[in-house]
Amino acid sequence: MIAARDRKLALWNIGIAYTAFLIGTLCGLLQVFIRNDALKLPSWLDYYQILTAHGVLLALIYTTYFIFGFFITGMSKSLGSFGPKVHVYSWIGFAVTTIGTILATAMIVSGEASVLYTFYAPLKASGWYYVGLALFVVGTWISSFALVGHYIVWRKNNKKQLSPLFAFMTVATIVLWIIACLGVVATVLLQYIPWAFGWVDTINVELSRSLFWYFGHPLVYFWLLPAYMAWYVVIPKLLGVKVFSDSLARLSFILFILFSIPVGFHHQLTEPGISNFWKFLQVVLTFMVIIPSLMTAFSMFATFEIAGRKKGGKGLFGWFMKLPWRDVRFTSIFVAMAFFIPGGAGGIINASFQLNEIVHNTLWIVGHFHITVGTPVAMTFMGLTFWIIPYLTGRKFSKSMQKLGFIQIITWSIGMLLMSTSQHILGLLGAPRRTAYSGYNNHPSAMEWFDGILTNHVTMAIGGSILFLSAMILIYIVVMTMFLSPKAEREEDYVAFPMAESDRENTPKILENWWVWIGIAFVLIIIAYAIPLSSMIHHAPPGSEGFKTW
Amino acid sequence: MHLHKYEKIWLVFGIISLILFLSIVGVSAFSQDHTPSGGMETIDPKKVNETAPFDKPGVTQLDEDTYQVAVVAMAFGYTGAPEIKVPVGKEIIFKLTSTDVVHSFTIDNTKVNMMVVPGQITTKSYTFNKPGKYLILCNEYCGAGHHFMFTEIEVYES
Repeated sequence: MIAARDRKLALWNIGIAYTAFLIGTLCGLLQVFIRNDALKLPSWLDYYQILTAHGVLLALIYTTYFIFGFFITGMSKSLGSFGPKVHVYSWIGFAVTTIGTILATAMIVSGEASVLYTFYAPLKASGWYYVGLALFVVGTWISSFALVGHYIVWRKNNKKQLSPLFAFMTVATIVLWIIACLGVVATVLLQYIPWAFGWVDTINVELSRSLFWYFGHPLVYFWLLPAYMAWYVVIPKLLGVKVFSDSLARLSFILFILFSIPVGFHHQLTEPGISNFWKFLQVVLTFMVIIPSLMTAFSMFATFEIAGRKKGGKGLFGWFMKLPWRDVRFTSIFVAMAFFIPGGAGGIINASFQLNEIVHNTLWIVGHFHITVGTPVAMTFMGLTFWIIPYLTGRKFSKSMQKLGFIQIITWSIGMLLMSTSQHILGLLGAPRRTAYSGYNNHPSAMEWFDGILTNHVTMAIGGSILFLSAMILIYIVVMTMFLSPKAEREEDYVAFPMAESDRENTPKILENWWVWIGIAFVLIIIAYAIPLSSMIHHAPPGSEGFKTW
Repeated sequence: MHLHKYEKIWLVFGIISLILFLSIVGVSAFSQDHTPSGGMETIDPKKVNETAPFDKPGVTQLDEDTYQVAVVAMAFGYTGAPEIKVPVGKEIIFKLTSTDVVHSFTIDNTKVNMMVVPGQITTKSYTFNKPGKYLILCNEYCGAGHHFMFTEIEVYES
């Protein structure tokens, strides 16, 4: 077990994550019922407030806090207990992030910030909403620097050694996060805050959108990489084998740092102010980021086959049956991976330049991120939750909890399958995303969308209800393992941190030379962004005043 | 660094597929002009109503086979609409801008899906193949009445 002080830090992060998860999934449930006109909200609450809360609480707060809980646990386990300085800065980071979260949430609840989590200007929220977001990001930076400090101390004490794979991947994810946040910090501090508090009159809208998406796309990789860490480091241990290839695992993370950032224009393909040349260049770079995901897919299935054959699986596919399907820690993550196959393929479609016109801002996109962040990432985090909380609290994870865990992941899969399939089809038919209930005055085209077997309002509502049920089962498991389950007393009752061995002898040293990779990342960013962004500044139209249209 | 033989095959297959996808997308975009909506023209968002072509929104015939449709989006509707009537089989050039927040101009059952950004003019060229009434809606969140922001375009036989 890791040091008690480190466990406390990790548990607080995970606790906040699940508080956000509870409120966020409740908002999701309300949304499906408002969308099919089965529920009328009281006058002080509106659909777009709930939608904003759903997005912010699940996509930003749940993910980020859980990721830091996971990082803290794994860094303490792989590099040793935190020193006093790492502790102080981790708590300061936690506090600043939490103050930001509370401030932003208060603004959403009071109706001062129904701008959704993309907060596109010139929709103007209260200035304090943007201050809350800025504090959130700065807080995560402080927590990140604390973890990087812990890593630097380890490197100093272990000269000429590559770090353990978990620590390497944590630092890679943090590097990605810090470079990505530069865009959102720039736009929030230099554009939104002065404008929202009235120190300047207008805002350069196209620039703010581009800086947001410079951050917005690598943000999804900030969610995905910790899930990949679980796939690379935790899964082989559950299967009783080593990491398939240490060098390939590290190389794929380096490729994510290089290619997940200079690609934000693929979220802006149908808008003016960016020429086709720059849009297409970033489409090409977007496709480069598929390569490390292909490498990851190969490594995973190689690991499965090696493990299955070791356990006596014969023939072309016999190994598949030998995988530990009765272990909820494994099965949850396997299902998460399976969802990422259509999720990734959908992503290729979305990024395909003119093909984007068919799906941009339709319900297809909503379906897409529910089978990328909503299942592959979230269900991997659920699979981690089953052991990480008992590991940190020293409580038992009983047989009945394991059963409940299975019910939880099965219901999540069914609910998500129903809801996301329906959303994908509706999007192809043309139904827009981010709308409250509307039949567009009973327009025949809009009526047609919701007429199918899979695309009617009932299917989506059933899917959403099953998902909420699943979320509540998970909350029950979290509360039990955190506070109520009996303490483990015998050796075999203790829940372990499954961290696989990884052979580092043949791994090239250059993979851990961070300055080289950060340097190349910035060169790519400058190539992709310098000219279009400077043209947005130099050829800017008169700026926009703020509007509060809700 | 060691790469397993099967992994080499897998990666080569994957990368060739990506190159193939990109080539199809790129050739179709740049040699056949199948590019998404966009444009580099700017406009003062406060002077939209005085600036051509938005001072006279609606349909204008540019030449025998080309029509221009200028529309201003604002919370929560479109000016220049609902009286948009265009002929089938002719090139229609849509020009959009906004006087307030970001909107979209999305015509159901077509490839017309334009982001409308204040300060910028979005352009998209499209030719309708079938006559009829098409639903136009806003698919970018623009405020409390976002889901009521829609209109129609009528495509007639010429």
